[in-house]
Amino acid sequence: MDRVILHSDMNSFYASVEQAERPELRGKPVVVAGKEELRHGIVLTKSREAKRYGIKTAEALWQARAKCPGLIVLPPRYKLYRRYSEMARSIYYQYTDLVEPFGLDECWLDVTGSLPLHGGDALVVAAEISERIKAELGCTVSIGVSWNKIFAKFGSDYRKPDAITRITRGNYRSIVWESPVRELLYVGPATERKLHAYGIQTIGQLAQASDAYLKRRFGKIGFTLRTFARGEDATPVKPYDPAARDVWREVKSYGNGLTAPHPITSASDACALIWLLSESVAQRMRDDGVRARTVSIGVRNDVDLTGYGCQVKLRAPSAATRHVARAAWGMLAACEPFGEDHPIRALHVRATDLVEVDPVEQLSLFDDPEPDWEGLDCCIDELRRRFGNTCIVRGTELLDESLAGLDIKDENTVHPVGYFHH
Amino acid sequence: MVQGIEHRRKHYVEVLARIGEDGKVTPVSVTWEDGRTFEIDRILDRRQAASLKVGGTGMRYLVRIGQATTYLFYENPRWFVEEKCAEGK
Repeated sequence: MDRVILHSDMNSFYASVEQAERPELRGKPVVVAGKEELRHGIVLTKSREAKRYGIKTAEALWQARAKCPGLIVLPPRYKLYRRYSEMARSIYYQYTDLVEPFGLDECWLDVTGSLPLHGGDALVVAAEISERIKAELGCTVSIGVSWNKIFAKFGSDYRKPDAITRITRGNYRSIVWESPVRELLYVGPATERKLHAYGIQTIGQLAQASDAYLKRRFGKIGFTLRTFARGEDATPVKPYDPAARDVWREVKSYGNGLTAPHPITSASDACALIWLLSESVAQRMRDDGVRARTVSIGVRNDVDLTGYGCQVKLRAPSAATRHVARAAWGMLAACEPFGEDHPIRALHVRATDLVEVDPVEQLSLFDDPEPDWEGLDCCIDELRRRFGNTCIVRGTELLDESLAGLDIKDENTVHPVGYFHH
Repeated sequence: MVQGIEHRRKHYVEVLARIGEDGKVTPVSVTWEDGRTFEIDRILDRRQAASLKVGGTGMRYLVRIGQATTYLFYENPRWFVEEKCAEGK
């Protein structure tokens, strides 16, 4: 028997929430954007009205303003969005326990088992959920209904806002297959270019592509994409259970990046930012009981916005801030001359190659025993848990005043995790 | 729009509520900014709902106070009503 899967997508989420909270903003072009004075001034979400002016997500604010004079720009209020997201999820949970969030505003629901309890018609359930979100949250959703997650997601994107699209075995050839490959989950600009080069324009053509071509041009992922296109994806809807942390175990890396409030031209400012980012990364690893074996950094130049990255292996897996930061700083110091001629715009620190914390630690025979850095960090974590993330700060971080008061860990928002975490 | 009412305003109010052992919250009385207290005679409806008039969302109680019925929203931790603003006010 086919599964019944819903994908619910809250339309222009941040902007809709702002409009739900402040009725005077309804019907007006609104964008939620990062702080301009911190140079995060890009459009995060645009309202339906702003979209009509051709404003795009990730556009710079000055571009958006040029397109739409009188544009209302709001700073993001993540706590509020998280609250709305949780309220939406609590509605989903009344229809099934199999709810897989994909970012703050999207969820898959597997209602195969619970459908008979709700009358047996998936479209009725979808309509009920849509009505309840509208009545209880004041936002609209678009819902896709299908027998697999990929087509359900396609359906929720197919018509929006406030719409329900059903993709069945009877109609997918005329709806999904006729659409450009770009509409398929995980076909981005690069993959699209490659596919176009071979003459594959629609999802239907991808579904019928030959083994030889897919293997030569894409390798394994090619077959996966074709499986998606054929509607044969059997990935289950994975319930998110914060208590069991079973989604966490599938996390493959911890990363934090920041565009600095001003171009970084001195080694001490760069060092401060590296420590700040490493602290957040390491703290999240400690929270989740894992250690990393590899640390990588990403650097973006302030002049031409080009970037590069590099990585290094740690001597032993660690979740100590000191180890992550020293590794990251070592790389940055080796790669960057610093100075007015080489301003840095953004830095990124990432910890990968994760292992679960093993109660038995392999001690080194040859090194002098190190102080218990992780123990110290855990102490600091405990202080922060009780008194807030800014109650205790590294001396290094105080060297750059513009960074003072930044609370990276708390601002770390939920981004869609990858689809391929098994 | 109801005659004489130009618009509505989100107005936070002081509420006395009873919290049952099961966590159920029941408002008992509302105190207006001028100090007058209105006893809630009856709760006619309770549901999660968004306020379309003044924005925001929460547990919405339809309460009867004397002859009048009105919505009272529990935004957790604050309570608000959709205040009627007379024309010209």
